[in-house]
Amino acid sequence: MRRTILPRPGLSLTVFLLWAVITNAASLGLLVLGVVLAIVIPLLTRHFWPNPPRLARPWRALRFLGLFALDIITANWRVARQIIGPLHRLSPAFVEVPLDLRDPFIATLLASIVSLTPGTVSIDVDRQRWVLLVHALDAPDPEALIREIKERYELALREMFAC
Amino acid sequence: MNTATESIISVLVVVGALFALLGSIGLARLPDFMMRLHGPTKATTLGVGATLLASAVFFSDLDRGGISLHELAPLFFLFITAPVTAHLLAKAALHRRSKPGRRQAAKSKAQGTP
Repeated sequence: MRRTILPRPGLSLTVFLLWAVITNAASLGLLVLGVVLAIVIPLLTRHFWPNPPRLARPWRALRFLGLFALDIITANWRVARQIIGPLHRLSPAFVEVPLDLRDPFIATLLASIVSLTPGTVSIDVDRQRWVLLVHALDAPDPEALIREIKERYELALREMFAC
Repeated sequence: MNTATESIISVLVVVGALFALLGSIGLARLPDFMMRLHGPTKATTLGVGATLLASAVFFSDLDRGGISLHELAPLFFLFITAPVTAHLLAKAALHRRSKPGRRQAAKSKAQGTP
Protein backbone atom coordinates (compact mmCIF):
# COMPACT_ATOMS: atom_id res chain seq x y z
CA MET A 1 0.00 0.00 0.00
CA ARG A 2 2.61 2.51 1.09
CA ARG A 3 4.83 1.44 -1.78
CA THR A 4 2.12 2.07 -4.36
CA ILE A 5 1.18 5.56 -3.19
CA LEU A 6 4.61 6.72 -2.10
CA PRO A 7 7.19 4.80 -4.08
CA ARG A 8 9.92 7.18 -2.96
CA PRO A 9 9.25 8.81 0.41
CA GLY A 10 12.51 10.74 0.31
CA LEU A 11 11.74 12.24 -3.08
CA SER A 12 8.19 13.08 -1.98
CA LEU A 13 9.53 14.87 1.07
CA THR A 14 12.05 16.78 -1.05
CA VAL A 15 9.38 17.87 -3.53
CA PHE A 16 7.08 18.99 -0.74
CA LEU A 17 9.78 20.91 1.13
CA LEU A 18 10.97 22.57 -2.10
CA TRP A 19 7.40 23.57 -2.90
CA ALA A 20 6.93 25.00 0.59
CA VAL A 21 10.18 26.93 0.30
CA ILE A 22 9.46 28.29 -3.20
CA THR A 23 5.96 29.48 -2.31
CA ASN A 24 7.13 30.63 1.14
CA ALA A 25 4.31 28.40 2.51
CA ALA A 26 1.99 31.32 1.95
CA SER A 27 -1.36 29.63 2.42
CA LEU A 28 -3.00 26.31 3.31
CA GLY A 29 -4.18 25.87 -0.28
CA LEU A 30 -0.63 26.06 -1.57
CA LEU A 31 0.51 23.49 0.99
CA VAL A 32 -2.28 21.11 -0.09
CA LEU A 33 -1.18 21.58 -3.69
CA GLY A 34 2.34 20.75 -2.50
CA VAL A 35 1.12 17.48 -1.01
CA VAL A 36 -0.60 16.60 -4.30
CA LEU A 37 2.60 17.36 -6.23
CA ALA A 38 4.68 15.36 -3.74
CA ILE A 39 2.50 12.32 -4.47
CA VAL A 40 2.03 12.76 -8.22
CA ILE A 41 5.58 13.64 -9.32
CA PRO A 42 7.29 10.57 -7.80
CA LEU A 43 4.53 8.37 -9.25
CA LEU A 44 4.99 9.80 -12.74
CA THR A 45 8.79 9.67 -12.67
CA ARG A 46 8.94 6.29 -10.92
CA HIS A 47 10.64 4.53 -13.80
CA PHE A 48 13.41 7.07 -14.31
CA TRP A 49 15.00 6.68 -10.92
CA PRO A 50 17.93 4.45 -10.16
CA ASN A 51 17.87 2.67 -6.84
CA PRO A 52 20.15 4.69 -4.60
CA PRO A 53 21.54 2.97 -1.52
CA ARG A 54 19.93 4.01 1.73
CA LEU A 55 21.40 6.94 3.65
CA ALA A 56 22.74 5.01 6.61
CA ARG A 57 24.08 7.88 8.70
CA PRO A 58 22.10 11.13 8.29
CA TRP A 59 24.11 13.01 10.93
CA ARG A 60 27.30 12.17 9.17
CA ALA A 61 25.69 13.61 6.01
CA LEU A 62 24.91 16.90 7.78
CA ARG A 63 28.48 17.18 9.02
CA PHE A 64 29.68 16.42 5.52
CA LEU A 65 27.52 19.24 4.11
CA GLY A 66 29.16 21.67 6.54
CA LEU A 67 32.63 20.49 5.56
CA PHE A 68 31.68 20.75 1.89
CA ALA A 69 30.47 24.34 2.31
CA LEU A 70 33.75 25.29 4.01
CA ASP A 71 35.71 23.56 1.25
CA ILE A 72 33.83 25.53 -1.39
CA ILE A 73 34.77 28.80 0.28
CA THR A 74 38.45 27.96 0.77
CA ALA A 75 38.77 26.51 -2.73
CA ASN A 76 37.07 29.61 -4.17
CA TRP A 77 39.60 31.79 -2.44
CA ARG A 78 42.50 29.70 -3.73
CA VAL A 79 41.26 29.60 -7.32
CA ALA A 80 40.46 33.33 -7.25
CA ARG A 81 44.08 34.06 -6.42
CA GLN A 82 45.28 31.69 -9.12
CA ILE A 83 43.12 33.40 -11.74
CA ILE A 84 44.40 36.87 -10.90
CA GLY A 85 47.98 35.74 -10.46
CA PRO A 86 50.50 34.76 -13.14
CA LEU A 87 48.99 32.02 -15.29
CA HIS A 88 52.23 30.37 -16.37
CA ARG A 89 52.74 29.11 -12.84
CA LEU A 90 49.63 26.96 -13.06
CA SER A 91 50.06 23.33 -13.92
CA PRO A 92 46.72 22.03 -15.21
CA ALA A 93 46.41 18.26 -15.33
CA PHE A 94 44.08 15.41 -16.10
CA VAL A 95 43.96 13.13 -13.10
CA GLU A 96 42.51 9.63 -12.93
CA VAL A 97 41.07 8.85 -9.53
CA PRO A 98 40.56 5.11 -8.98
CA LEU A 99 37.29 4.58 -7.13
CA ASP A 100 36.52 2.08 -4.39
CA LEU A 101 32.78 2.65 -4.55
CA ARG A 102 30.68 0.61 -6.96
CA ASP A 103 27.37 2.44 -7.05
CA PRO A 104 26.41 4.63 -10.04
CA PHE A 105 24.35 7.02 -7.89
CA ILE A 106 27.12 7.60 -5.35
CA ALA A 107 29.64 7.94 -8.17
CA THR A 108 27.45 10.67 -9.71
CA LEU A 109 27.24 12.36 -6.32
CA LEU A 110 31.02 12.26 -5.93
CA ALA A 111 31.51 13.61 -9.47
CA SER A 112 29.13 16.51 -8.73
CA ILE A 113 30.91 17.32 -5.50
CA VAL A 114 34.27 17.34 -7.28
CA SER A 115 32.83 19.64 -9.97
CA LEU A 116 31.31 22.05 -7.46
CA THR A 117 34.54 22.56 -5.56
CA PRO A 118 36.41 25.14 -7.63
CA GLY A 119 39.70 24.06 -9.13
CA THR A 120 38.51 20.62 -10.15
CA VAL A 121 35.96 19.53 -12.75
CA SER A 122 35.01 15.89 -13.14
CA ILE A 123 34.83 14.88 -16.75
CA ASP A 124 33.94 11.23 -16.86
CA VAL A 125 33.00 8.30 -14.67
CA ASP A 126 34.29 5.14 -16.27
CA ARG A 127 31.97 2.43 -15.05
CA GLN A 128 33.99 -0.39 -16.56
CA ARG A 129 37.18 0.41 -14.68
CA TRP A 130 35.54 2.58 -11.97
CA VAL A 131 37.79 5.51 -12.55
CA LEU A 132 36.83 9.16 -12.15
CA LEU A 133 38.52 11.41 -14.69
CA VAL A 134 39.14 14.86 -13.19
CA HIS A 135 40.62 17.98 -14.69
CA ALA A 136 42.44 20.17 -12.19
CA LEU A 137 43.29 23.82 -12.77
CA ASP A 138 46.46 23.56 -10.74
CA ALA A 139 47.79 20.18 -9.67
CA PRO A 140 51.54 20.19 -9.29
CA ASP A 141 51.21 16.94 -7.35
CA PRO A 142 48.47 14.70 -8.86
CA GLU A 143 48.97 12.02 -6.21
CA ALA A 144 48.08 14.50 -3.46
CA LEU A 145 44.92 15.49 -5.34
CA ILE A 146 43.87 11.85 -5.73
CA ARG A 147 44.45 11.25 -2.03
CA GLU A 148 42.49 14.38 -1.13
CA ILE A 149 39.46 13.41 -3.23
CA LYS A 150 39.50 9.84 -1.95
CA GLU A 151 39.97 10.64 1.72
CA ARG A 152 37.92 13.80 1.97
CA TYR A 153 34.93 12.94 -0.19
CA GLU A 154 34.82 9.32 -1.30
CA LEU A 155 35.45 7.86 2.13
CA ALA A 156 32.85 10.16 3.69
CA LEU A 157 30.26 9.24 1.04
CA ARG A 158 30.91 5.54 1.48
CA GLU A 159 30.51 5.84 5.23
CA MET A 160 27.30 7.86 4.85
CA PHE A 161 25.67 5.41 2.48
CA ALA A 162 27.34 2.31 3.89
CA CYS A 163 28.49 1.00 0.54
CA MET B 1 16.29 47.64 8.96
CA ASN B 2 19.22 48.47 11.20
CA THR B 3 22.82 49.18 10.30
CA ALA B 4 24.09 45.71 11.21
CA THR B 5 21.70 43.98 8.82
CA GLU B 6 22.46 46.48 6.12
CA SER B 7 26.19 45.96 6.42
CA ILE B 8 25.77 42.16 6.32
CA ILE B 9 23.70 42.49 3.15
CA SER B 10 26.16 44.85 1.49
CA VAL B 11 29.12 42.61 2.32
CA LEU B 12 27.31 39.59 0.87
CA VAL B 13 26.29 41.44 -2.30
CA VAL B 14 29.82 42.73 -2.86
CA VAL B 15 31.36 39.30 -2.24
CA GLY B 16 28.88 37.72 -4.64
CA ALA B 17 29.54 40.29 -7.35
CA LEU B 18 33.28 40.00 -6.81
CA PHE B 19 33.31 36.25 -7.34
CA ALA B 20 31.05 36.52 -10.38
CA LEU B 21 33.55 39.02 -11.77
CA LEU B 22 36.48 36.74 -10.93
CA GLY B 23 34.72 33.88 -12.67
CA SER B 24 34.34 35.99 -15.81
CA ILE B 25 37.95 37.14 -15.64
CA GLY B 26 38.98 33.50 -15.41
CA LEU B 27 36.84 32.68 -18.42
CA ALA B 28 38.55 35.43 -20.40
CA ARG B 29 42.13 34.99 -19.21
CA LEU B 30 42.72 31.27 -19.00
CA PRO B 31 44.40 29.82 -22.07
CA ASP B 32 42.55 26.61 -22.96
CA PHE B 33 39.06 25.20 -22.88
CA MET B 34 39.46 22.83 -19.95
CA MET B 35 41.00 25.55 -17.80
CA ARG B 36 38.30 28.01 -18.80
CA LEU B 37 35.71 25.60 -17.52
CA HIS B 38 36.96 26.33 -14.01
CA GLY B 39 35.96 30.01 -14.16
CA PRO B 40 32.16 29.63 -14.25
CA THR B 41 32.07 26.98 -11.50
CA LYS B 42 33.27 29.65 -9.13
CA ALA B 43 30.69 32.15 -10.24
CA THR B 44 27.92 29.64 -9.66
CA THR B 45 28.98 28.40 -6.25
CA LEU B 46 30.17 31.34 -4.19
CA GLY B 47 29.04 34.19 -6.45
CA VAL B 48 25.43 33.17 -6.76
CA GLY B 49 25.47 31.68 -3.25
CA ALA B 50 26.44 34.96 -1.59
CA THR B 51 24.03 37.00 -3.73
CA LEU B 52 21.10 34.72 -2.89
CA LEU B 53 22.02 34.75 0.77
CA ALA B 54 21.99 38.56 0.69
CA SER B 55 18.54 38.43 -0.89
CA ALA B 56 17.32 36.03 1.81
CA VAL B 57 18.54 38.38 4.56
CA PHE B 58 17.07 41.42 2.81
CA PHE B 59 13.60 39.94 2.43
CA SER B 60 13.49 38.34 5.88
CA ASP B 61 11.55 40.83 7.95
CA LEU B 62 11.53 39.66 11.54
CA ASP B 63 9.10 42.38 12.58
CA ARG B 64 6.47 40.87 10.35
CA GLY B 65 7.53 37.37 11.40
CA GLY B 66 8.57 36.32 7.93
CA ILE B 67 11.77 34.49 7.11
CA SER B 68 12.44 34.42 3.42
CA LEU B 69 13.65 30.99 2.41
CA HIS B 70 12.77 30.71 -1.22
CA GLU B 71 16.24 31.90 -2.22
CA LEU B 72 17.42 28.48 -1.14
CA ALA B 73 15.57 26.83 -4.02
CA PRO B 74 17.62 28.30 -6.89
CA LEU B 75 20.77 27.51 -4.94
CA PHE B 76 19.65 23.89 -4.63
CA PHE B 77 18.76 23.64 -8.33
CA LEU B 78 21.99 25.32 -9.35
CA PHE B 79 24.09 22.94 -7.28
CA ILE B 80 22.39 20.01 -8.95
CA THR B 81 22.56 21.31 -12.52
CA ALA B 82 25.90 23.16 -12.64
CA PRO B 83 28.06 19.98 -12.49
CA VAL B 84 25.95 18.42 -15.25
CA THR B 85 26.63 21.36 -17.57
CA ALA B 86 30.35 21.32 -16.78
CA HIS B 87 30.42 17.57 -17.31
CA LEU B 88 28.68 17.74 -20.69
CA LEU B 89 30.88 20.62 -21.89
CA ALA B 90 34.02 18.77 -20.82
CA LYS B 91 32.88 15.56 -22.47
CA ALA B 92 32.05 17.36 -25.70
CA ALA B 93 35.45 19.03 -25.64
CA LEU B 94 37.22 15.72 -25.07
CA HIS B 95 35.18 14.19 -27.85
CA ARG B 96 36.24 16.88 -30.27
CA ARG B 97 39.82 16.77 -28.97
CA SER B 98 39.54 20.47 -28.40
CA LYS B 99 42.31 22.42 -30.01
CA PRO B 100 44.59 24.43 -27.74
CA GLY B 101 43.51 28.05 -27.32
CA ARG B 102 44.67 30.66 -29.78
CA ARG B 103 46.96 32.26 -27.25
CA GLN B 104 48.61 28.98 -26.42
CA ALA B 105 48.99 28.12 -30.10
CA ALA B 106 50.62 31.48 -30.72
CA LYS B 107 52.96 30.89 -27.81
CA SER B 108 54.07 27.46 -29.01
CA LYS B 109 54.58 28.86 -32.50
CA ALA B 110 56.78 31.59 -31.06
CA GLN B 111 58.80 28.97 -29.24
CA GLY B 112 59.25 27.07 -32.48
CA THR B 113 57.39 23.94 -31.40
CA PRO B 114 54.74 22.59 -33.77
